[in-house]
Formats: sequence, structure tokens, C-alpha cells
Amino acid sequence: MDDLYRDYILEHYRHPHNFGVLEQPTASYEGANPLCGDRITMQLQVEDGIVTEVGFTGRGCAISQASASLLTDEIRGKPLTEVAEFGAADLLDLLGIEISPARLKCAMLSFDSLQHLLDDIGAKPLAKDAG
Amino acid sequence: MTTETRPVASPLDPVALRADFPILDQEVRGHPLVYLDSAATSQKPTSVLRAMDDYYRRDNANVHRGIYALSERATADYEGARVKVARLIGVSDPHTIVWTRNATESLNLIAYSWGRRHIGRGDVIVLTEMEHHSNLVPWQILAQEKDADLEFIPIDDDGVLRQDVFEVLLRLKPKLVSFTHVSNMLGTVNPVEEMTRRAHEAGALVSIDGAQAVPHMPVDIGAIGADFYSFSGHKAMGPTGSGVLWARRELLESMPPFLGGGDMIREVHLRRSEWNDIPWKFEAGTPDISAAIGLGAAADYLMALGMDRVRAHEQELVAYALDVLPREVPGIELYGPAADQRGGVVSFNLPGVHPHDVAQVLDRFGVAIRAGHHCTMPLHERLDLSATARASFGVYNTPADIDALAAALREVQALFGG
Ligand SMILES: Cc1ncc(COP(=O)(O)O)c(C=O)c1O
Repeated sequence: MDDLYRDYILEHYRHPHNFGVLEQPTASYEGANPLCGDRITMQLQVEDGIVTEVGFTGRGCAISQASASLLTDEIRGKPLTEVAEFGAADLLDLLGIEISPARLKCAMLSFDSLQHLLDDIGAKPLAKDAG
Repeated sequence: MTTETRPVASPLDPVALRADFPILDQEVRGHPLVYLDSAATSQKPTSVLRAMDDYYRRDNANVHRGIYALSERATADYEGARVKVARLIGVSDPHTIVWTRNATESLNLIAYSWGRRHIGRGDVIVLTEMEHHSNLVPWQILAQEKDADLEFIPIDDDGVLRQDVFEVLLRLKPKLVSFTHVSNMLGTVNPVEEMTRRAHEAGALVSIDGAQAVPHMPVDIGAIGADFYSFSGHKAMGPTGSGVLWARRELLESMPPFLGGGDMIREVHLRRSEWNDIPWKFEAGTPDISAAIGLGAAADYLMALGMDRVRAHEQELVAYALDVLPREVPGIELYGPAADQRGGVVSFNLPGVHPHDVAQVLDRFGVAIRAGHHCTMPLHERLDLSATARASFGVYNTPADIDALAAALREVQALFGG
């Protein structure tokens, strides 16, 4: 069996969940991975502290698309406080595959975009890059 | 002046040649290595490795300084390498060869030294849409600093430069036209002699980025007639850390130094200094001596192969790839011009599969290609592509390598098609 391109990864890539544009987003963020030219736009709709809707659009590799699909599934319907606690390691667990250092940026594109969104809406300040 | 055209004797025998490249004799993930990324960096023949090893084992000393045998030998080899490289690119005066770290540094040297002195407010520099970032960003920095204008020769849909638009841009009386000899993404071989002639007629100087030309075809700088020519040693069988800037003697003599320090001076006083002669005026500090010596050995190796034979071999490979890939890999999208107009580069996409995934799956079959934007983001934007996969060839590649690529691409399709 393939250790990276597992069936569920390919399935999320071919038919990503939450793919599309929201009508009334609370916040939008376009994240890019300059190394490979991947780009995704992620949107959140927040009502009473709950992520009621989440959507993303864009193009990317199987890893970045599956990651965005799984992540958006995970946070939809959750309180912001809970979403803010979701960490990078949790996303890697969710992906459930061994990610090589070269592909880590692909896997993290959606997560980084989410961090910017949380910062924008004041739910969690962006972590400053450790110097 | 005419270039000497040797008759293409016997064609290269890439299979025999492979013995010169020990790195190729290995398995990757249980498959024989198929190296198809020579446009990123070439593999190195044993003669290059040996020249560098000999230097460190036998002759290691600083150059131009020691009055003793080791330093004399090191200096002789370091300067001898300049003569070899000059011969490879049709330059008669080895002192017009400046050692740099790579093509990027050569291009920056032109922009910082010549550009800062000669480019002013409103001056025009003409580039092309197909430039590598290294022949774009230094000019952006200069143009921002000097409030100068950058103009771009566009490409047509086959990835060929629009000479008609170039003609129009020349009416802006540019100070400099800087363009690549061969595109690292499309493979397009540009008509450098013709473009140089027209730029000169319009009063512009010409800088050519030869990073993808020198390793793959006969380059005769005298015949091209350019003013500056840059390339990287590591793409031309030489070591990383070796690069070349060639420029006309008068230009080098009139240009201010790029970096200041040891070796680049004749006399130093507390408040002023006198510069050394060229090329040392541009080689401040202890240089990468072994890299220069390695590049000299690489030039010898390439000349022994014969650059016309190298070109013929790679053209055959490209023609084979452009023929086989569409037949064996249904749906593959290929970019760039026809085989007779390109170097050993084939960029492509498999619809529905991101090039990163293509490269990752190919790696499982021991096939090494590049995926991404290949430092040509504006060109990808122009082609409306976010990324591409790229196979590129060297003298040691064979048609069997392309067959292996095609077979592995079908595996990618099988994995992603299901
Ligand atoms: C056309 C072209 N120019 C310049 C460069 C820059 O070469 P280096 O990274 O060795 O400076 C490259 C390398 O990819 C290239 O393909």
C-alpha cells in the first residue's frame, strides 16, 4: 500500500470537502506557497463564537488539498476557542501520513492560512516567528 | 569572423560516457537512478573530482601570495583554468574571464558595478518574459534605486520571443538588453547573434545569461558579439561555487569594483586605494580555488567530447522525448517550441495531478525531475500555469532514460486516475 498517497488522501484531493466560496464570510485569507506556486483562499463565517461555515478555493498538490479538506472538516461547527487550540501536530495526526520535510510546507498551507484568519478576527494572535 | 565548424564525427556514446560519472551507477528506491535534472545542476565527471582532490591533496595554498612551490602550483592551476574556460566559450583573452560563484553572482556584478554607474533616471533596460529570476531581480533592484524602466520582450504561444515587439522596444533607446541564451523552462534557444546585432544598432549594450547554453551547445562569444556573458560552472560539469562573468575588456576596465578587499587592489593607503588589473579587480578575497580548478577540468572534458556532438546528442534526446511522451503518456501537456528550436529541456504537466505529486511518485521509480516554477514565476504566470514538471538532459542521458520516464508517468496516472 502507498504510504503517502493513501486512498483517503487521494479521495480528499479529487473531491475536496468544503471547497467553494462563502456568501458572507467573516474573514478571508489567501495563503501561498511560493516554492511550488500553490495558492489557497480560506474563508470563515463566525456567529456567536462558533465557526458556522468554512470554505476554501485554490489549486495545489494532493497533500495541500487533502490537508485543507481535512482541516476545514475538523473546524466546522466548532467554537473559536477550540479551533484556536488546534495545533500543527494535530493536523499532521489528522493527515495520518508520513510527511517528508520537503512536503511539510504543502501540508501546512491550510493551517497557516487558518492562523492568519484567527489573527484577523482576534481569536488568536499570530505566533511570531521564533528568531 | 567565422566559427570553426568541425564535422560531426562519430556521435556521442552516452552509455560508454556514463562510466565517467560514478554517481549515476546507483539504485534509488530499488530502481537504477534516472537523473533528468541537469538543468538544475549537472553531474560531475571523475576528471573534475580528481582535479579538485589533487589540488587539496597536493597543491593547497593560497593563490597570488606565496613565494613557495605549493602556492606557485595552485596559482598556475587557478589561472590555467581561466585559459581552459576561455577556450570553451571562444574567448581569446583569458583576463576577460572573471570568476564568480554562479550565474546569479555574475548578473548581480553587472547590475551593481556597470548598472549603478551607467543607469540613471528614466533609462530603459529591456529584458524578456522568460528570464530566470536571477536575470530579473537584480535589474528590479537597480531600476527601483535609479528610477529606471524595465521593459519586457513577450513570448508567443510556442514560447518563442516576439522579435517584432523587440524591434518596437528598441525604439525606446534602451541602455541595456539582457536576456537568456536558452530558457530553463521552455528550452527555447534564442537567436542571440541576431538580437545582439539589432540591440547594438539601437545603441544598447547586450548581456546574455548563458547558464543553460554553455553546458549544452557550442558557444562562441566572439561570434555572438555580446558585451557581457554569464554562466554557472555547476550546470556545466563543474563544481558548485564556480561561475563566470565574461565582459569586453574595455568594459571591465572601466567598471568600478563590486567587492573591496584583498587581491583586488594594487596599492592601499589609509584613505584611498588603486585597483588591481582585470580580472582580479573583481575577485576580492580568497577565491574558491578548487572550484575554479574543477571548472577548468570540466571545460577540458566538454571540449574533448566536442560541443557540437553534445548538442547533437541532446537534440536527439529532446526530439525523442517530444515524440514518445505524447504517445506513451496520454493527455500529457508539453510546453515550449519544436525540437529544432530548443535545448535539452522538456516541461510538462499531467492534467489533474500537481507537478509536486508527479515528481514525488517518479522518485519512487528512481526518476529525478524538477517540479515547481523553476525560478521563472513571471513566465508561469504568462502561461497561466501555477507550476510545471521538468525533465532536462545531459550528455549521459539515453533514450532508455526517457522510456523510464514515460513508464513512471503512466504509474502516476494509474495512481491518480483511479
Ligand atoms: C537560465 C538560468 N539563468 C540563471 C540561473 C541561475 O543559476 P545559479 O543558481 O547557478 O546562479 C539558472 C539556474 O537555474 C538558469 O537556468
